[in-house]
Amino acid sequence: ATLQSTILKERAEIFDTDFQMSADANHQNIQEREREGGRMVEKGTSLLKKMEISVAEAEKRTGKNAVNMQETYTVYLIEMRPVDAASEGTNPVPDSLWRRYSEFELLRNYLLVTYPFLVVPPLPEKRAEFVWHKLSADNMDPDFVERRRVGLENFLLRVASHPDLSTDKIFYSFLTEENGWKETVFETGFQAKADSRLKALNATFRVKNPDKRFAEMKHYGDELQSVISQLLRVRARAADRLYGVYKVHGNYGRVFSEWSAIEKEMGDGLQSAGHHMDAYAASVDDILEEEEHYADQMKEYLFYADALRAVCRKHELTQYELEMAAQDLTSKKQQREELATGTIRTFSLKGVTSKLFGQETPEQREAKLKMLETQIEEGEELVKERNAECEEFVKSAWVDIERFKEQKDHDLREALISYAIMQISMCKKGIQVWNNAKECFSKM
Amino acid sequence: MMSGSVVDNTVSSGNSSAAIPTDISGQILDLDEDDDLEVFSKDTTLTDGSSFNASMQTSPASMINQYKFEEDADTKDIFVTVDNPESHVTAIETYITYRVMTKTTRSEFDSSEFEVRRRYQDFLWLKGRLEEAHPTLIAHPLPEKFVVKGMVERFNEDFIETRRRALHRFLNKIAEHPIFSSSEDFKIFLTAASGELTSHKKQGPGFLSRMGDTVKAVAAAVRGVRNRPQEFTEMQEYVEAFSQKISSLDKVTQRIVREQKEYLEELKECGPTYALWSQSEEELAEPLKNVAGCVDRCCKETEEQVKNLSDHLIPVLHEYVLCADTLKAVLRRRDNIQADFEAKTEALATKKADRDTMRNDLDKAEDRLEWANNALKSDWTRWQKVMRTDLRSAFVDTAERNVSYYEKCLAVWESFLHSQRTDAEGNGKVDFS
Repeated sequence: ATLQSTILKERAEIFDTDFQMSADANHQNIQEREREGGRMVEKGTSLLKKMEISVAEAEKRTGKNAVNMQETYTVYLIEMRPVDAASEGTNPVPDSLWRRYSEFELLRNYLLVTYPFLVVPPLPEKRAEFVWHKLSADNMDPDFVERRRVGLENFLLRVASHPDLSTDKIFYSFLTEENGWKETVFETGFQAKADSRLKALNATFRVKNPDKRFAEMKHYGDELQSVISQLLRVRARAADRLYGVYKVHGNYGRVFSEWSAIEKEMGDGLQSAGHHMDAYAASVDDILEEEEHYADQMKEYLFYADALRAVCRKHELTQYELEMAAQDLTSKKQQREELATGTIRTFSLKGVTSKLFGQETPEQREAKLKMLETQIEEGEELVKERNAECEEFVKSAWVDIERFKEQKDHDLREALISYAIMQISMCKKGIQVWNNAKECFSKM
Repeated sequence: MMSGSVVDNTVSSGNSSAAIPTDISGQILDLDEDDDLEVFSKDTTLTDGSSFNASMQTSPASMINQYKFEEDADTKDIFVTVDNPESHVTAIETYITYRVMTKTTRSEFDSSEFEVRRRYQDFLWLKGRLEEAHPTLIAHPLPEKFVVKGMVERFNEDFIETRRRALHRFLNKIAEHPIFSSSEDFKIFLTAASGELTSHKKQGPGFLSRMGDTVKAVAAAVRGVRNRPQEFTEMQEYVEAFSQKISSLDKVTQRIVREQKEYLEELKECGPTYALWSQSEEELAEPLKNVAGCVDRCCKETEEQVKNLSDHLIPVLHEYVLCADTLKAVLRRRDNIQADFEAKTEALATKKADRDTMRNDLDKAEDRLEWANNALKSDWTRWQKVMRTDLRSAFVDTAERNVSYYEKCLAVWESFLHSQRTDAEGNGKVDFS
């Protein structure tokens, strides 16, 4: 909270606070925007109009797991506070319950399967990646847990502010029913609805006519993932090096202090300069902690890229299934034609054998024709169905993709701005320290 | 291995007369032995001050008066510059000469302007002569003969430039020294044509007499001094400690430069990554390209800052590391002079023959000692002042450059924010309140 308020304060200093937002008629759906650490979070959903959601705390627990082994894990406290309470001035105890990371994962998987046409907000990373050496890769590390807490809260807010996801019942019970929620989720049978990887992969390769926009989006998702990964890698390495630069200055502090002991006139100047060098060396810890926040913002969109690609893959699957059904229908129709006219245009074993062993009886042909007719009828129904599915998917998915694009553009721009603010803050600290040191040196 | 912990300080054991820097720590600061310091200091142990320069006529007592000088830098009457390195190729060798220009109003100079060319060997000769004549005065160090670490080639541009600057500082320090600057050898160095200088060089005390002096010097060193005055012991302790500290600072600064360079390597990849990203974006393309540009500009500033450290702070620190060794050598020479006096005192007390000659020798030795001690005491005060000034201005300069570095980077990022703000105002989309 303090980090966010620092950034907001600094941003307020840099930009005139009386700058007004001019109304933009095209975005009437998006009513109020609130800065949540620089992210765009709609307050327009009915859920968020009623309740304030937060992940307030994290705690360690030990217990027996599924295979009856002792394990240590972390649980997070979700709090729901009625919005009115804050404005009335009263502060009632919020509804709260504890959830662990795996439950968040379960929720997200449910949402992915249930709303394949939506870009489902991502969870914070399961394991710490792109770490620079000082950061712990340990899931139990308090800094990691804290950053995860923030990430989980962000996830809940993203879902709660989504026009469609916020109305989901399973999501609501995730926030309100501590016990029995897992059973409720499994009862929906969502796992059966999940597409097999193989099926999806197959569709990706074989689909003939995917919507161009989705193909482009998928490609964009690939690029986004690749470039943000690269950025995070480079940034982590640079952070490591920067840490080294600052920390070595701590040695100045020590040596100046020792040197001051043998000098008469220079002693005081050296000693105080040494203190500033120590302060300089120590300042890097805060600087890099702030940068981690920036890295987390980037990571969110790294994972969002994956969610985007998932929607595109789903489109490919529905399109493929439509194509398969259409293809099947076409071939059946062709068969009917051949049977009806007696001409065999397509090669078939039946055709060959009938040539060799004589044709079928008229009764047999009749039966076959009848069967084909039924199949064709069913096939046409199927094609109609799948076509509708496909169209429906494309329509709703594209709406959400557009929403996502706008959110992404806004959030990432804010992230870049806060990065600049961080750099400015770092420079200001540097100027201060070295000016102080300069004063001390001139007293040598 | 970067734990950010403080470096251990291991005190060197034994007599470090061989001028090997103290091993500070293996953890953060690497230790490289500067073998070249040995090359340098070996020269100085050959002279023990028992040979007088012909120009030293005055008695020790009057010498003290010469040191009561005031700081009158404004009335500087001699200006020396070293520049314009040129390479010379002969059948036997290739070497570099530097142009040495002098402008002076001093009456002992025939003219007011001189221009000569000198090579490193000539500087070495000059230093040797000055130390021979004044064994307990503190001469500013010369740059080292060659740099072993990093296998820097002798004719590498950076090496030549660094050496040129050091030679320039050396001559200026000599010119600023009250005694050294009036040395005849110094005058000849600044004014004589190459041929003249060569023949003058040959006139120095003969090789054999030098040998004799060396034997005496070794003998004196082995005997050791019995009753060293407290102030010189304190001086030695100070020099030991100072040597350690200044070596540490040198190492720390070099480490900082190394770390900065590695940081720069990583940072150089950031800008291009943002630029690459901008190619996939529409709305975000402009801010991303902007950020890429900012990161690239900060890279340039960082590069310059690294160069500044290398060009300005490190050479000064390095020179004072060499100074510490000079000081140790000076103290050793003083000790030898005292040892010689003590030995002659003993001899007079014990031997019966040649009492007159021995008494004469003893008187001379006593004069020599008194003169040496006074010279050192005065020059010590002068040296401390100069050291303070040099190091203070070097650190102040470094601090100023760092401030300037951060100010430039600050401006870069503020211009980015400004561009985003005007952009936002133009689009009317975003609320910055």
